[in-house]
Amino acid sequence: MMDTLAPFVLIAPLAGFLVNALFGRVLPRRAVAWIGAGSVGIAFIFAVNLLLQLLTGAQPLDQTYFTWWQSSDFNVPFNLYVDQLSSLMILVITGVGFLIHVYSIGYMREDPGYSRFFAYMNLFVFAMLLLVLSGNLLWLIIGWAGVGLSSYLLIGFWFERTSAVLAARKAFVMNTIGDVGMVFAAFLIFLNLRVLDYRGLFARVHELPKGGAVITAICLLLLVGAVAKSAQLPLHTWLPDAMEGPTPVSALIHAATMVTAGVYLVARMHLLYDWAPAAAATVAVIGGVTAIFAATIGTSQVDIKRILAYSTMSQIGYMFLAVGIGAYAAGMFHFMTHAFFKALLFMAAGNVIHAFHDDQDIRHMGNLRAGLPITFWTFLVGTLSISGFPLLAGFFSKDEIIRAALSAPGTEFWLGVIALITAGLTAYYMFRLFFIAFGWEWLSHDDRHLHEALPVQTIPLVILAVGAVVGGYIPVANFLSPVFGHAVEVGTGAFIGLAALSVLVALIGFSIAYLLHARRPDLAVVWRTRLGPIHTLVEHKYFIDELYDRVFVRPGLALARFLNDIVEPRVIDGAVNGIADFFLLEAREFRLIQTGRVGTYALWTLGGAIGVVLVVAAFLGYLPVRLGG
Amino acid sequence: MPVPAYSFLLLSGVLFTMGAVGFLVRRNPLVVFMCIELMLNAVNLAFVAMSRYLNSLDGVVFAFLVITVAAAEVVVGIAIIVQVYRAGRPMDVDDLDLMKE
Repeated sequence: MMDTLAPFVLIAPLAGFLVNALFGRVLPRRAVAWIGAGSVGIAFIFAVNLLLQLLTGAQPLDQTYFTWWQSSDFNVPFNLYVDQLSSLMILVITGVGFLIHVYSIGYMREDPGYSRFFAYMNLFVFAMLLLVLSGNLLWLIIGWAGVGLSSYLLIGFWFERTSAVLAARKAFVMNTIGDVGMVFAAFLIFLNLRVLDYRGLFARVHELPKGGAVITAICLLLLVGAVAKSAQLPLHTWLPDAMEGPTPVSALIHAATMVTAGVYLVARMHLLYDWAPAAAATVAVIGGVTAIFAATIGTSQVDIKRILAYSTMSQIGYMFLAVGIGAYAAGMFHFMTHAFFKALLFMAAGNVIHAFHDDQDIRHMGNLRAGLPITFWTFLVGTLSISGFPLLAGFFSKDEIIRAALSAPGTEFWLGVIALITAGLTAYYMFRLFFIAFGWEWLSHDDRHLHEALPVQTIPLVILAVGAVVGGYIPVANFLSPVFGHAVEVGTGAFIGLAALSVLVALIGFSIAYLLHARRPDLAVVWRTRLGPIHTLVEHKYFIDELYDRVFVRPGLALARFLNDIVEPRVIDGAVNGIADFFLLEAREFRLIQTGRVGTYALWTLGGAIGVVLVVAAFLGYLPVRLGG
Repeated sequence: MPVPAYSFLLLSGVLFTMGAVGFLVRRNPLVVFMCIELMLNAVNLAFVAMSRYLNSLDGVVFAFLVITVAAAEVVVGIAIIVQVYRAGRPMDVDDLDLMKE
């Protein structure tokens, strides 16, 4: 039953993509919208069906549909792997994806590239589902590259803007670095284990020495892919720039789904990471450092989407931290709740941006409660959820990660402390954003007439807001236990103690935001000057872009220029022309032999032919001369 | 009574020599061409004869190859001759010595 249903999850968005890409220009807009959103909705229904079957005790599926390549022991099947982990992923991708598609119907309604947009979005959903459902590394990489491609296309969707094209190119280059890592990881796996499918891989991974060089190298190479895709340090700089894409793209690809592919990868390969503790520790450290790094940058930005982008990086840092210390279920739990509230925040931000005629600077916004009530309240719910307000979704999932880190020894404990501080920073930057952009109510002279978005845009917000509130009560860890094993039970005392601690930290963050950005904006200015260089450092994102520019981009350009100006004309052309000149020069001597008479040539030819015959005959022994052996 | 192989080879050699000598001494391009054809067909005769003698098809295959090459070569050669004729130059191979320095 599952084996017939599973392919339809993939086929629905693929069909939507093909129809919209091929016929979108001639179809009416209404049809384009129905096909675009409907195909994802159908995929969602199939995904729910798969979930129900797993819940009612069906065995996880590993079904081979056809064999793509078969060459001696190199075998690439097309098989789908539906277990609890991939089922959760496809539910979120299609569910949240469907809401975002519905939202896009309203958000993109005036865009001339309407059908192109939905075609790309469907392509993305298809590639992402392929990434998740694939049962072997090769198809995983195909999906992995596919999401990179559709991300590139959608970031550069408004290709008449130079900045969008540059951002798209940057994202593509960064992601390609990751793709190369993935491909090399697959090479190494095949070289050492002669398998590419998950089942064979998981069965044979223990043949490698635990913590040995091979398994560590494989996991680190996979991590390169994960880091690039999930915008973690040091390959993170593309994500803030990716905000050049339309807002639904940011919500779907750069918040809810694609950027969490790295987390999925580590969770999917958890048997490998369990076998390579050093690589797993690297994952955790990268996650923890990125979490606080991005959160600090988020405190100083003024572009509403960029703040959310840094917030996404920071939250994915949490997930990396979780899967790095072996709390896989906690990481996936946070992935789910994050998909709810971050998609919500992005789409609400999209409504605000539209209301302000594509101005994204939060300092120009304010007092949105009257004009955009639904957007205002749902954004508030999202902000509370991400900040860890008690009993909301973000509270549960974030606490689980912090608790897992704090209860571990050594470095991981300190990563837990970092995560706790980050929780405070999260509350600060989110409420800073909220107070500045949404609640500048002390500015009484507000004569702007802001218009709330269409119902097609606000209803998905409300649904996601419900998810951001109650998502924490979904027993994800329990559901995932067949994949990751049972989580350690935590005593009520420890639970409440830590919850109190994290709420306290979040409350501190909230209070500072309230004081600086709602009560006493003058104090914010004072503190900005007082923090001087630190503020500059943070505001310029630690100058990482400038650093990469100096270290990689400019030397690369200089090298290219050197090759073009010096090597190309002098060395390469020089060699080619030199050879030609040489023969021209030599030919001048040989030309003197030419008589121009056919008879002379024929004589030479005849003489040569007789010579050849004589030599051959001599070799073969027909002549009284001895040549060679 | 089968004809012995050497008689074919002898005939082939005689034809080839006639072609070679004609090629060297005649000056009319058309005749020179016919001499070339004579040489090629002398070789063909040897190929086919030896093919039969050795009970192998290799020689026949080669003969076909030679016929193909000869056809291509005649096309190019006749084209050159026609061009020379159109240019109004005398039909004498010894006068066509543009390659000389």
